[in-house]
Amino acid sequence: MDNHHPFKSPQFERQQFRARLFFGTSLMVLLVSILLGRYYYLQVIKYEKFMTRSESNRVLVEPIAPTRGLIYDRNGVLLAQNRISFSLSVVIERADDLGLLLEEISSLITLSDKEKSQFYKQLNRRRRPFESVLLKMDLSEEEQAILAVNQYHLQGSLVTAKLLREYPFGQNFAHALGYVGRINDHEIDTLDPVLYTGTLVLGKTGLEKKYENDLLGRVGYQTVEVNNRGRMMRLLQRESPIDGKDLHLYLDYRLQRQAYRLLEGEKGAIVVIEIDTGGVLAMASAPSFNPNEFVSGISHKSYSELTHSSELPLFDRALRGQYPPGSTVKPVYGLAALDEGVINENYRISDPGYFKLPNSEHKYRDWKKGGHGNNIHLHDAIVQSCDTFFYNLTNLMSIDTFDRYGSAFGFGQKTGIDMPLERKGIMPSRSWKQEARSMRWYTGDTVNVSIGQGYTLTTPIQLAVMTAGIASRGEMRTPQLVQNQQNILPVKRKIEISENHWNYVHQSMEDVVHGAKGTARGISKGLNYKIAGKTGTVQVIKIKQEEKYDAGATAKRNRDHALFVAFAPRENPKIAVAIVIENAGSGSSQAAPVARKIMDAYMNFYPEALGGL
Amino acid sequence: MTQNDFVRQMRPGNSAFYDTRSQWNRFHCDIPMIVLLLILSTVGLLVLFSASGQNISLVKSQLVRFGIGFIAMIALAQIHPRFFERWAFLPYLGGILLLIMVPLFGIEKNGAQRWLSIGVQFQPSEIIKVSIPLLLASYLAKRSFPPSFKHVFFSLLFIAIPVGLVANQPDLGTAILIAIAGFSVLFLSGLPGRYLIFSSLSLAVVIPMGWLYVLHDYQKQRIITLFDPESDKLGAAWNIIQSTVAIGSGGFNGKGWGHGTQSQLNFLPESSTDFIIAVFAEEFGLFGVLLLVALYFALIARCLLISVRAQSMFGMLFAGSYTVLFFVYIFVNMGMVSGILPVVGVPLPFMSFGGTSVVTLMCGFGILMAISTEKNDMEKKRGG
Repeated sequence: MDNHHPFKSPQFERQQFRARLFFGTSLMVLLVSILLGRYYYLQVIKYEKFMTRSESNRVLVEPIAPTRGLIYDRNGVLLAQNRISFSLSVVIERADDLGLLLEEISSLITLSDKEKSQFYKQLNRRRRPFESVLLKMDLSEEEQAILAVNQYHLQGSLVTAKLLREYPFGQNFAHALGYVGRINDHEIDTLDPVLYTGTLVLGKTGLEKKYENDLLGRVGYQTVEVNNRGRMMRLLQRESPIDGKDLHLYLDYRLQRQAYRLLEGEKGAIVVIEIDTGGVLAMASAPSFNPNEFVSGISHKSYSELTHSSELPLFDRALRGQYPPGSTVKPVYGLAALDEGVINENYRISDPGYFKLPNSEHKYRDWKKGGHGNNIHLHDAIVQSCDTFFYNLTNLMSIDTFDRYGSAFGFGQKTGIDMPLERKGIMPSRSWKQEARSMRWYTGDTVNVSIGQGYTLTTPIQLAVMTAGIASRGEMRTPQLVQNQQNILPVKRKIEISENHWNYVHQSMEDVVHGAKGTARGISKGLNYKIAGKTGTVQVIKIKQEEKYDAGATAKRNRDHALFVAFAPRENPKIAVAIVIENAGSGSSQAAPVARKIMDAYMNFYPEALGGL
Repeated sequence: MTQNDFVRQMRPGNSAFYDTRSQWNRFHCDIPMIVLLLILSTVGLLVLFSASGQNISLVKSQLVRFGIGFIAMIALAQIHPRFFERWAFLPYLGGILLLIMVPLFGIEKNGAQRWLSIGVQFQPSEIIKVSIPLLLASYLAKRSFPPSFKHVFFSLLFIAIPVGLVANQPDLGTAILIAIAGFSVLFLSGLPGRYLIFSSLSLAVVIPMGWLYVLHDYQKQRIITLFDPESDKLGAAWNIIQSTVAIGSGGFNGKGWGHGTQSQLNFLPESSTDFIIAVFAEEFGLFGVLLLVALYFALIARCLLISVRAQSMFGMLFAGSYTVLFFVYIFVNMGMVSGILPVVGVPLPFMSFGGTSVVTLMCGFGILMAISTEKNDMEKKRGG
């Protein structure tokens, strides 16, 4: 199969070669045309598209989280501050093997299941490239050190400094301030994604929740040029964040601390209102909890301890605890009777120790077996807390009148305090019973209402507001924790009652403490100012008709709630106090001494309150 | 054929410059080629400076390689082409020997063994790229035109050995380039049309077979990536996506020297080696690309002229096939970076950072200059 050409001619060879070379050259020209066509397509036709992609490649918009507003008490003492904390996050794009990295990290520091599951949830959410995903907040110094030492083989992990909320007074302000916590899955869907970029936490309860929008501030941005590893190379543009607004409260940290200390070991609440302004001076609920635990994510164990405790430490009793007010309402209904003119200052009854409605054999018992004797007028009824006198009012006033005055002093409605989740209690009325129980009103119901029992429920804050209303002779204000521009809160409504009646009731309340027969006379010893108050003792279990209640023999959880409301100084009232202590026993022995200590503390801190005397 | 006319017309024109160049011709220097090479080298160094992120030491080391290349080129130009024709098998044998040593003593980089180290690291496959056309040109020039079946068979064998060795490294890109260099000699030597038809048919069989049994997974991935770059955004396709973004965002005018964001911010991988054209295209735009291609084509035209004018068959064949090889380098590189060819490791002449290819490239041009000035020697003799 030899294919030799017959002769070897240089001329022919050269011609042949040139033909082939020409062909080759043509092919080259064709190919290079295709190539240039491709570059023309990319650089001219598709220029816009690739220019945009190149820009989005290199330019990264990073949020700068604003600093959360601080919370101060009335003296300028920090109640909620921000401290630097280090948290660990992962840049997925930089980690070679995510599973392996997490394994290594968890072999170095402890990662809870919750932290891991939150991490994975966040991982599946939409992110910008190279945006880090939070793994663990608030690393301890030891953890920081361990991570720093092992940094070289933890490619992709990132330790960053962030500001974290801190509550220096811990339990003392837990319910009032509330706390911030990590934004959870449900919240993230409802939050404005723009405002919360770069922010990890959110106010969950209390003032932190109520004033979330003020405290949050406004997120800032910086546009940076990044390299392919996401490292910032150059700052292109910056819009600084606007820090959250600081809150200045009416609360006095000293009084609050004192209130919380007084409740130690008890379940209950203390609310102190500054009468001149309507601001809340102290608002404590016990037992309490440490809000700092929630900031960086509370552990499952601690959280379930808190939620499963029968003491309900997370429950804000001051705003959400609903208790029958008991005898503490007596001044209100006394005022009602006087103002309505159904009785006057000389109206008297005799008290056999019980009360019977006309045409009924049912005995409504006075707390004092055998009664308070003859010639009991309103003053005595308040001072000695005579139930029969108030039972008797049901013959003179209908439930509608009780309802009108109770409502005027704020029962059955939210006080409007600047806190979330306040409860409104119950001021029983015909319509209320029809709606809630689908039953018509009986006069027997009114008898129970007249001594603040039956269907009546009030919160400690309502009792404090009522007391402030009595003290200020009918000036009803909306209690507030946060001070706005005007220091003195406006009077929401003025209860118009004759001065004489106010004087009469004030005198009666003074004698509760200072009178020889006053139910709270035990606290008057050594007082250099005058307290006007009213005790209340509320039954937790029903006591049968002929049975006698014996505190010692009754299980703690069935014991009476002790209540006391008071204002002082009597002549020129500065503060109103409401105290509820659950299952403590009688108001006079358990709640009144607490009020005295609060009053003393206040007079000690604000000696000018006595100056007017 | 008008080719003869073309050549004839050029001759008097060239002779007109003869006297002014006599000094240079004495040193066997082809002035237009040297000028073009110097311009391309300078452009290459400037682009490399930008592509490497203003790494002056990298540019210096490349400059040293250019220096070595230029010296080697001038030195080789002094040797008579007949010497290359006679001893052509030596670099080939040496190259094969070195290729055999690669799997035994080679250095592994990125999962492939391509480098040998004797004080400096170099790629033996680069040497084969130049020595294959040299060997085949010398082998076929002695034989009759067109080559007989026997000669074609041996030529194919000469090609197959290094192609097999290089493909085994694995370095498919270089293997294909070596094959193309070899085939171009065969083609230029007047390989009959039926061989071309036969080889096309056999390619149609070999390609699917190769896909199934020869190609490594990463090589297949590169070809898949070519057709669907978005399929694997952060993996194999990353390079292509980033390089097309770089090229496209350059537009017609470019972003300016040192201002290519894709390359300066390291989004573009291999920006100073195989993907350097993307940096160039990003910074100098289509305008720059057109100028660069024009420069390359001026050099190619000069080489073709040398080939056509060569005195010996060997000279014609080597110059012609070496020009084709040079073109294929440029086409494959610019094609792969712009996303119309699979990603194979082929550097862009004068631009990509890399020692062996610079030096071997210059050696080839040195032989071309020797061929180019051979004729002048004869004319000089005739004239004298």
